[in-house]
Amino acid sequence: MARLVILGAGIAGQTAALHARRRLGRDHEVVVVSPNSKWNWIPSNIWVGVGVMTPEQVTFPLRPVYEKTGIAFVQGKAVSVHPEGDGDSGKPYVKVELTETGKSGQEERVHYDWLVNATGPKLNFDATPGLGPQKNSLSVCTFDHAAHTSKAFDETVARMKAGEKQTLLIGTGHGNCTCQGAAFEYIFNVEFELRRRGVRDKARVVWLSNEHELGDFGMGGMFIRRGGYVTHSRVFTESLYTERGIEWITRAAVKEVAPGEASYETLDGDERSLKFDFAMLLPPFSGVGLKAFDRAGADITPSVFAPNGFMLVDGDYAKKPYEEWSPEDWPRTYQSPKFPNVFAVGIAFAPPHAISKPMTSPKGTPIFPTPPRTGMPTGVMAREVAFNIVDMIKGNATAPKRQASLAHMGAACIASAGAGLFRGTAVSMTLFPIVPDFRKYPDTGRDLDWTFGEIGLAGHWIKHLLHFGFIYKAKANPLWTMVPE
Amino acid sequence: MSATKPPAGTRTPFEQTYYPPVPTEFTKKMRTNLLWQIFRFAVINVKILRMVRKH
Repeated sequence: MARLVILGAGIAGQTAALHARRRLGRDHEVVVVSPNSKWNWIPSNIWVGVGVMTPEQVTFPLRPVYEKTGIAFVQGKAVSVHPEGDGDSGKPYVKVELTETGKSGQEERVHYDWLVNATGPKLNFDATPGLGPQKNSLSVCTFDHAAHTSKAFDETVARMKAGEKQTLLIGTGHGNCTCQGAAFEYIFNVEFELRRRGVRDKARVVWLSNEHELGDFGMGGMFIRRGGYVTHSRVFTESLYTERGIEWITRAAVKEVAPGEASYETLDGDERSLKFDFAMLLPPFSGVGLKAFDRAGADITPSVFAPNGFMLVDGDYAKKPYEEWSPEDWPRTYQSPKFPNVFAVGIAFAPPHAISKPMTSPKGTPIFPTPPRTGMPTGVMAREVAFNIVDMIKGNATAPKRQASLAHMGAACIASAGAGLFRGTAVSMTLFPIVPDFRKYPDTGRDLDWTFGEIGLAGHWIKHLLHFGFIYKAKANPLWTMVPE
Repeated sequence: MSATKPPAGTRTPFEQTYYPPVPTEFTKKMRTNLLWQIFRFAVINVKILRMVRKH
């Protein structure tokens, strides 16, 4: 009997666990380790953040799903990986600090034959002084943060209804943030709600981000065919902002968030600041801080994890200039080169480099987005890794055969621009491949037949359907496999 | 929806919002036109499903 342990129960962890459980049969064990007792459909947190949804609508308890499907659940936070076991035993294990009520703080060893690291990111608010919901800005990264942000938004609207003008600042809170898409959705939903609540004329809405241009989204932007032209997403995005009267500040690294004021450095080296009444600024991501130790107890973390805490897999991590980046640098199987029974998927794997071109200010501050690795690609890589492990457990393969490189994979993305059955809109996008290939597609980096974007009510309907569809799937309800990743 | 529009005069000459294209009223109406959006719903779903099937 083999034991597969999955660290994390987000989109990647849940996808890997459910697919592995279904294919492995009862002869083998699947264990999920997660500090959270609930599953969260994170893409809908932006709706919680404007009060359109409640935290209960975007979450559900994990344990009943695992009892139904026969997956063991350890509610705890993984703190270290011991791929060679320790002096007593050569059996690999993960040291877990339990978070379950009544057992909080206790440590447990969870042994594994196969390990999938799907821990997602650490929300690194500490990277910027004053950043985060415990300090001077808000977040929609978790459902708790989003609920807190919703209350602050209601208070801001109340002040506007009382006649006060308010400045709402939304974007990224550090020079190396990713997930601009979430902030994009949030600012558009905020602007939509301000109009719906009749106070738009009292609001100055400002976008602040580390993107070189609007529409970069950490992917270097994209080209689409539109109106007889091949147009960069910058044009499309600037149009959306202009139409809504949203100001934008790009090429900015937030250096400090004081109460009511954000200080930032621009790519040309200027130090500036902006006063705000409401600020939702996303944090940069890092690995969750897992350590690794060999059998003798020596710290081998640098050979298993990158300095930013994400796990090294089968990518090409050699340092090279932007001009020498290649699509082939990107990992294909997400297998650890050091320990073949260890994999990392979703945000937990270390990208070999950014997708957007790295930029540094004259003062040496890096100001560019790190690559997004969420949503559809996360689900696909988690599924392929699960299938590879199942094949190896069953003896059908000796090495991973299925591949899910971001350089050979496309993605579909629906970004809400306001919720409403008849008045809502969302930007619908597909692109292929995610990592641009300028050798294959010299002018645009991507295949224009597979890359498109448009805004409309249909996108909102799809976003809403995805909300229900993915929660249905994550609950492993009947025919859940019919819902694609 | 009792909505207020974005502040008037946001397209000041030579400022950042002066240059991007803005949609015509017809384009904006089509974004929430039920018949057109039902058609787009089908088209976008086909595009997404084609992308999904690539993997």
